[in-house]
Amino acid sequence: MIDSKTPDRKTIDGKTPELPNAVSSLATSNLDLEAPEKPYLDSNELVLNMGPQHPATHGVLRVILKLDGEKVMGTECVIGYLHRGVEKIAENRTYTMFNPYVDRMDYCAAVSNGLGYCEAVEKLLNVEAPPRAQYIRVILTELQRLASHQLWLGTHALDIGAMTPLFYTFRDREEILKIFEKYCGARLTTHAFRIGGCQYEIYPGFEKDVKNFLAFAPPKIDEYEALLTGNRIWLERTKNVGVISAKDAIALGVTGPVLRASGVKWDIRKAVPYENYSKFDFEIPVGANGDTYDRYLVRMEEMRQSLRIIEQAVNGIPEGPIMAKVPKLIKPAPGEIYHSIEAPKGELGYFIVSDGSTQPYRLRVRPPSFVNLQALDCMVRGALVADVVAVIGTFDIVLGEVDR
Amino acid sequence: MNALMSYLDPRVTATPGSAGNELWALIYVFVIFAGVAVIVLSMNWLERKALAHFQIRLGPMRVGPHGLLQPIADALKLMTKEDIVPADADEVVFRFAPVIGLLAAFTVYIVIPFGPSQAVTDMNIGILFMLGVSSLGVLGIVTAGWSSNSHYPLIGALRSSAQIISYEVAMGLAVVSALLMTSLNAQGTGTLSMIGIVQAQQQQHIWFVFKFFPLGFIALIIFAIAMVAETNRAPFDLPEAESELTAGFHTEYSGLRWSLFMLAEYAAMIAVSSIAVTLWLGGWMHPFPNWLNGPTWEFIFSLFPGLTFGGLALIAFIGTARMPSHPYFKIQRAGLAIFAVFLGFLALLLLAIAVAGHANDASIAARCREGVDNIYWFMLKVAVFMYLFIWYRATWPRYRFDQLMKVGWKVLLPISLGVLIVTAIVGVIFG
Amino acid sequence: MAEEVKTPTPPPPEGENKPTADKAVPAAPSSAAAPTTPAPKPEAPAKPAAPAAAPPKPAATPAKPATPAAAPAKPAAPAKPAGPVPTPWSSPMADKYKRQYGSGLEAQTYLGQNYFTVDRSLIPDFLKLLRDEEQFDYCVDLTAAHYPKREKQFDVFWILYSHPRNERIRVKTQIADGESLPSSFSIWPTTDWLEREVFDMFGIKFTGHPDLKRILLPDGWKGHPLRKDYDILLQDKEWVHINLGIESGQ
Repeated sequence: MIDSKTPDRKTIDGKTPELPNAVSSLATSNLDLEAPEKPYLDSNELVLNMGPQHPATHGVLRVILKLDGEKVMGTECVIGYLHRGVEKIAENRTYTMFNPYVDRMDYCAAVSNGLGYCEAVEKLLNVEAPPRAQYIRVILTELQRLASHQLWLGTHALDIGAMTPLFYTFRDREEILKIFEKYCGARLTTHAFRIGGCQYEIYPGFEKDVKNFLAFAPPKIDEYEALLTGNRIWLERTKNVGVISAKDAIALGVTGPVLRASGVKWDIRKAVPYENYSKFDFEIPVGANGDTYDRYLVRMEEMRQSLRIIEQAVNGIPEGPIMAKVPKLIKPAPGEIYHSIEAPKGELGYFIVSDGSTQPYRLRVRPPSFVNLQALDCMVRGALVADVVAVIGTFDIVLGEVDR
Repeated sequence: MNALMSYLDPRVTATPGSAGNELWALIYVFVIFAGVAVIVLSMNWLERKALAHFQIRLGPMRVGPHGLLQPIADALKLMTKEDIVPADADEVVFRFAPVIGLLAAFTVYIVIPFGPSQAVTDMNIGILFMLGVSSLGVLGIVTAGWSSNSHYPLIGALRSSAQIISYEVAMGLAVVSALLMTSLNAQGTGTLSMIGIVQAQQQQHIWFVFKFFPLGFIALIIFAIAMVAETNRAPFDLPEAESELTAGFHTEYSGLRWSLFMLAEYAAMIAVSSIAVTLWLGGWMHPFPNWLNGPTWEFIFSLFPGLTFGGLALIAFIGTARMPSHPYFKIQRAGLAIFAVFLGFLALLLLAIAVAGHANDASIAARCREGVDNIYWFMLKVAVFMYLFIWYRATWPRYRFDQLMKVGWKVLLPISLGVLIVTAIVGVIFG
Repeated sequence: MAEEVKTPTPPPPEGENKPTADKAVPAAPSSAAAPTTPAPKPEAPAKPAAPAAAPPKPAATPAKPATPAAAPAKPAAPAKPAGPVPTPWSSPMADKYKRQYGSGLEAQTYLGQNYFTVDRSLIPDFLKLLRDEEQFDYCVDLTAAHYPKREKQFDVFWILYSHPRNERIRVKTQIADGESLPSSFSIWPTTDWLEREVFDMFGIKFTGHPDLKRILLPDGWKGHPLRKDYDILLQDKEWVHINLGIESGQ
């Protein structure tokens, strides 16, 4: 059993990271993208296209690699294959009507998206969800965090070649999805929350289901760790692969487990608490080296901390209403607001400009995967081709969020 | 007729090839061919089922009861697929490449010793022949990659061949350290003959894996790792993995041609497992040959083949009983029952041979019993290795190519060299 | 429509209510809001005590001057509690820059979130100052909004966060159509793709960006979708016709 406080994990407490200088090493362009007519084999440089259809790019992501033999000299990500114009759509929908759309962005963690959006609009309306609703929201969001990390683990391990953890994590994720289905009727695009609270009261047996899950999950997480954490091949494939320093990470705007694995102890749930996270006692795992292995460890530990939060929450759900007094037609005062939450993938932010009407004037989603993906280039320079797949997997990107 | 019967004489101690008995040699060749084909089919089934059960799922269940007919369905599908030859490919070489691989993989079966007189022939350079001919498989891979005229298969083929020749060195050194042990007898001469190696283990009353413990054991471990790399199996399957960029030397092959590569891969797996079994695990000898010998123990061990098939028949019967009794499952149930009955008959036949052979020492039945026993124990040990191949694939991620080469050259080679030297020194001192 | 404003206020005098109840809708979005008015509101008859608070929108939109987002106090509706308004923000940092830049910079706070509204000329220097002196090392987001009826049509926002201070602010500026902004790529590399997206969606050019090209839309796309005057059907027809050679089915 892996002890969460292994001695090689250090934290950086409040020290100012060095400010970045001019970033010539991070220029992503200037690739000569003229692919040769016929593939030639005796040149020193090869432009290789990991096209939008590829088993390992987690969606429709196109990565153009410039290789020198096996080493990657530069990359360029081409995105936009899943762009659906969600922000434009938001300008033509009322606030309530837009709620289901947010699930479709990061479709692996729909509940988190919904939480961020509902909270942003609630902030704009200057209301707060009642305590009971907050507890329900926290429980469901942390369950979703676990499910999202399990999906990440399965697919990441599969990319590196371990095909078995995929089935284990998906099997265990089913339990979470069952709870979602019983609660709101959907497993994936849940639309679980409403502006002002929750629409659905928790079903009878919800607490029992969650407590059963809390007993069920920790041995499973230990099982995943037993398969991978000490495995020599896993260590060789992930240690010192895709390293990013804390300074570069902050400069590039990387957030989430990627940032924490580089040593920056920053989690929006602790730094700018939302909902009632300040009432719960949990830790933020931090890595030391900023490599793929540390990101793996950080996410595994986050799974455990999520279980801790859920346990505290489910034991103390207060009575009361689940919906605040919110007008049926939501017309916030004109103004702008930015609100962000700690989604499983990083800082998910909603910037809403309201003009006083029922529809947002401008709704901007700040997707964590979009900003994190910029760091791909600086992480794979000088690495081998097989590492590109591992690094893309370690970002935990969801193209629905990158492209919106 | 004479040739037929002369081999069945209980006093025969030589393989048909050595004895000039061409009829039986030919029979053995056909049996081996058929046997390898059956084993490849069942390995295909076992791999999918075992992998599935490792992953908490069921695997093929529909095509035949519990998916038993799945390999046949796969074979039919592959045979009826369109035969695509890439436009700019070198056609002659393209068509011939899988054949090279197959030849290399199958030719080695000539010397595999299923028993002291149960092999096609016994060359006195048997192990050298095996290592040499199985190395020819690299030619098949490289020609396949080259003739596909596409740089992904070529890079995959080159990687694959680099991997194979790297691990052959460690493999060879491990083999040599086992061969050294064969020379620790009164005359001080070792042997390269496969049958001779097993007989050396018999004479020295110890399986070489336990000799000079842990030297023999380490040598076996090195060989076991190297043989996984030789056959491009997980965790060394980067050249043919799907989620990496270069999809391997068999990218451009479809249908039957691809299945020839698959056949060659499994045949090579069986061949290298046979080497491991012969050199370290006592070949055809039943376990504990020194402590548990004598006529009663021989009889008990000779019951094992029949009991194994009886056990399999029992599992099949239980499976039949547990099948749902819905009308949709009638055919499957019937099929599984027939399979169970077939296995049961096989079990009874083997038990009959065992009993009859025990009853009369000088009969054909005794000869048959000896043959069956030897082949059974040999195949059982090979089967353990095959299951290990599947287990490795289910459990471990795959190595990156440079790490793979590093393991082959920087880890296995020095260790095997060290084992060889220490075995030699210890052998001189204690032999 | 807005019948059930559940604020426990005495109903306002009739006359004054109409202009303010519409909450100063700028002209352009109200036309976008208009089509939603016929959206089914079957409980329209069930109007509670909040009286004429719901004149059908297209009928009674008096020309309340459109409030640009940075303007201070709206005329407070006397009856309902004043909705949140941007109030001046005073903190050591804000005061320092107010003194330094005088009229080119305003510091306000709305609903607890602080923001600077700066003149376009201040842009690269002020942001650099924020990063270097005030330790805003993390650029959370960079985005824009389009107000076609205004003279300075675009609002560009930078949302910044400081790890050492655990503080988040916004910086807002306004530029006209066709004007370009200096790129913040040299200050925060995060803005690489963020600026590309703003360019892609709004057409705002950032000078000094290493590779300003479209990011989410195909390279040959014409038009900038998030502008308010963007006609999606026209663009789609044209692009599909040119690139795919078929008729768009819209």
